[in-house]
Order: sequence, then C-alpha cells, then structure tokens
Amino acid sequence: MLLAIDTSAGTSVAVVDRDGGILVQLDETDTRRHAEVIGTLIERAMTEAGVVPAQLSGVVAGMGPGPFTGLRVGIAAARAYAFGIGKPVVSLISHDALALDLREPLLVVTDARRREVAWSTYAASDELGLPVRVAGPFLAAPELLQKEVDGYDGYRRWDAATIPAGPFGMLGERLFAAGRRAGPSEPLYLRPPDVTPSAGLKRVS
Amino acid sequence: MKREPLVLGIETSCDETGIGIVRGTTLLANTIASSMDEHARYGGVVPEVAARAHLEALRPTLEAALAEAGVALNELDAIAVTSGPGLAGALMVGVGAAKALALALGIPLYAVNHLVGHVGADLLHAPDEPEHELELPTVALLVSGGHTSLLLVRDLANDVELLGETIDDAAGEAFDKVARLLGLPYPGGPEIDRAAATGDPNAIRFPRGLTAPKDLARHRDDFSFSGLKTAVARWVEAARDRGDDVSVPDVAASFRESVADVLTAKAIAACQRLEVPRLLLGGGVVANARVRAMAQERADAAGITLRIPPLSLCTDNGAMIAALGARLIAEGHEPSTLTFGADSTLPVTTIQA
Repeated sequence: MLLAIDTSAGTSVAVVDRDGGILVQLDETDTRRHAEVIGTLIERAMTEAGVVPAQLSGVVAGMGPGPFTGLRVGIAAARAYAFGIGKPVVSLISHDALALDLREPLLVVTDARRREVAWSTYAASDELGLPVRVAGPFLAAPELLQKEVDGYDGYRRWDAATIPAGPFGMLGERLFAAGRRAGPSEPLYLRPPDVTPSAGLKRVS
Repeated sequence: MKREPLVLGIETSCDETGIGIVRGTTLLANTIASSMDEHARYGGVVPEVAARAHLEALRPTLEAALAEAGVALNELDAIAVTSGPGLAGALMVGVGAAKALALALGIPLYAVNHLVGHVGADLLHAPDEPEHELELPTVALLVSGGHTSLLLVRDLANDVELLGETIDDAAGEAFDKVARLLGLPYPGGPEIDRAAATGDPNAIRFPRGLTAPKDLARHRDDFSFSGLKTAVARWVEAARDRGDDVSVPDVAASFRESVADVLTAKAIAACQRLEVPRLLLGGGVVANARVRAMAQERADAAGITLRIPPLSLCTDNGAMIAALGARLIAEGHEPSTLTFGADSTLPVTTIQA
C-alpha cells in the first residue's frame, strides 16, 4: 500500500493498494491552502482507508511541475512521512498521473502562474498501461502552446485543474510492480528563483 | 527520576534549516543547515532560494540531529515547528514536513512562535550542565536579519507582550546594506564587526533612529534603521565626491556604535520603566561584539541582570523551537490542531498556533 501526495495544483492525498485499487482519495481544490490542509487530508485518508502507517510500503510524491510554494508543501510532507515510517519516497512527475492507460496521444496542460502553463505530451500507453512521455514537462505562454508543442493537432488536450493522487498512487504501484524507475528526485520547478544579482549600489544623494 | 518529554523542533523561517532535539530543558542536538552562501551573491536572503534549500536540507538535517542526539524516531514524544513569523514559503516547508512527521509517528504536534522560541533558547542547558530557571518576568531584545523586537515576557508559555519592533529595516539588514556600501561581503554583521575593531566609534556621529523626544512619544520601544543606513550612504558618497579617503574602519565603527547604542538604550530603558531587572538577548546580531559589550556595560550600570544564550542558540535554530514545545507540554498545553498554516506575521502574543 502507498500513501500518495500531490500539491502541484490543489492538494490531493490518496491511499492506494496494488490489488485493492484506490482506497481513498481526498482533494482540496484551493490552490493557496496547501500548508493548512495537508495534515488533515493525510490523517483523514489514512483513517478512512483503515490503514496504519506501518502497513504502507512507501509514499508517492508529486514532483510537479506546479507553483513552487504549494508544490514544496506536498514534497516536504511526503518526504517527512516516508522518513517517519522508514520507507522510500517514490518521486513522480505530476503530469504522469493523467497519462495512465492512454489509448490515444495526450497533451497535459497545467497552470504555472505568471501567465505561463506547464505542458507534457504523451503517446498511447505501453503494454502495461504506463505513461509514455513524448516531451515535457516544459513551460509556455498559453497563446504560443500550439506552436511550441510538436504535432499539437495530433493530441487530445487536457487542461487539468487538479492532479488526482489516486491514479498517481496507482502509477507508483504499477511502476514498482513492473520494476520501472521512479521519476526525478528533485522538484520540477522549471524556472530559476525569481532574482537577479544586484546591479551595484545606487546613490542616495 | 522524572521523565521529561523528548521533543524534536523544526525551524525553517528564514535561511537556516534547524532541527533540534531536547529532553525537557536538556539540549541533545542542535543541527543547522544554512543556505547563507547561496544568498551571498544577492546581498540578502532570497525567499525562493531559501525555500528550495529547506526542502533539500530537511532530511539530511533530521538524520544528523537524530544521530547527534543518539535518539531513534520512535522514542520522540512530540514534534514542535515554527509556524511564524518569517518567510511564508520557507515556513511552509517546515510546516508540511512537521505535520507529516507527527502523523507518521503518531505523536502530538506543537506549532510555535519563532520569536518566543528565541526566548525559549535560554531554558536550555547541555546534558553535563545544571538546569537553570528562566527568570521571569524579563525583557527580551531579539535582533537578527529579519527581526528587531523588544518583548516583555511574563510567562513563556502564556504571556508575552510585544513592546516594540522595527518600523522599517531589521538591524541585521542594516548591517548587510552598510557592509555592501563599504565593499564588504555578505553577511555584513561579522564583516562590520571586524572592520570596526580598528576604527573610532566616535569618528562620525550617525543618527540614532527614533530617539528624539517627538519620536519617543510615539515610538518609545520601536526601532528604525532605514534612516541610519541612508545617512551612512550619504556620508560615504559626500566623502568620495570630495575625493577624500573613506576610512572603512571608522565608518564601520561609527555605524555599529549607533546601532548598538539605540538597541541597548531602548532595551535598558524598557527594563527600568517596567521595573523588570532582567534583559535577555537573542537573534544573530548578538554575535556582534559591540552590541554584547554595550549591553553588558549598561545592564551592569543599571543593576539589570543580562542573559545571553550561547551564540549557537541565539541564531535561528530548531532546539529553541523544541525547547518552547517542551515547555508548552510541561505546562499542560494541548497539541496544536492540524489546521494551522504558515503565518508570516504571527504576533508574539500567539505563542502557540
């Protein structure tokens, strides 16, 4: 069993089981309350699933892309929870949650703030139903997306307001069962910190 | 033998990832990972850089603290975490981690105030040192890169009052900015201190912010360092325009004198007015030799007992957060509910969120 946490959009927490499927998935769609709701959602998900921490074999962490401040809350929680139970963190690209068992190519688009979106393209899933990413995740201005995505017209476009932790957790289970590698161990910020080294001193007089 | 609670404290309010472990008032570990070097090229703490660094430092710092304390996770009785004040994005890393860790371990969580934590640092003693009481009431002067606050602490767990604070820059920020002006590296505090050692503190009379009678009427216990910083800049520019050599030691010493003078004068005046014969210093600026020396001289002259915790407990750290958590437990406070967030402006009157 896995606890899955994604805060790349809203806050989504799930408890999943390889055989039993998604046991519980809880969502808070507010994109500015990750720190407030993360604890309650984890506690409720575990209680409603009837699972105690020792039964988990790992914690799935959504590594983004997503707005930084919220994204970090989920990653910090996933890492700390995994550390607390002495089990591994399974780090996955958040967009991959939407690309399980695809029969047709998919373009996933999520909000990246500052008038940009994050996008990834996927081919139809492989023989195990696992995501096959073609490109991304990358950032683009919404109006330029059509130009920047190679073969745009061949994809079904999914503008996702939420990343559901349930399928995301199942992706973790299925990757593990298939002996596949997890995703990136670092958050997918896709943008450097918003700061430039100071240009020097300005006179005050 | 009484068994005091074993508490792990998590502090991420600025650029230091601090994990501390205490048993009651006994300090077992105080582990800190700092992102200070990453901020140096920007001349100040960059919130997003700090928040990213916290996320990466969290696990290694937790592991190091547990190893230093010789404690296993399943022995912990509670987690304490800073919920504010501080940088929101940085705080949220600690808050998210603390909630998850407490849930994973099935132990209570205490969300505490960072500034009151600085006062709590004085509760701590090393395992081979005797316990000492935090004598109350006390005035506390907390001075760092992010804060300049004067508190009246009547009861650490229940009654803390904000007497005054900076109305613009924190004192530590002023050190950084003046250091830059003088061509000294970041962080400015130690650099100014070093340069000032050979300078004349009376070479230049820089202004003392909010000490004029009209300012005292409204801002008796408040501080201001923005005007001082500008005054130093003007003085240096004027000297350079005239083609004069600017004596970095003299400017540094005179600037430092102004900061130390205002900080200690206001703190001592508050002690006297409130008839509280105790002053506690905290925050990174306590590392400044002149601030410490002047506080000691003036406290001695006024018959005030001055307490300065060891420097490693004055700068931001997780041990002080754990210490405050342990005190809340000792006083029978209920754990925080899981719904608290990061509050960048959490008032000192909110000791526990």
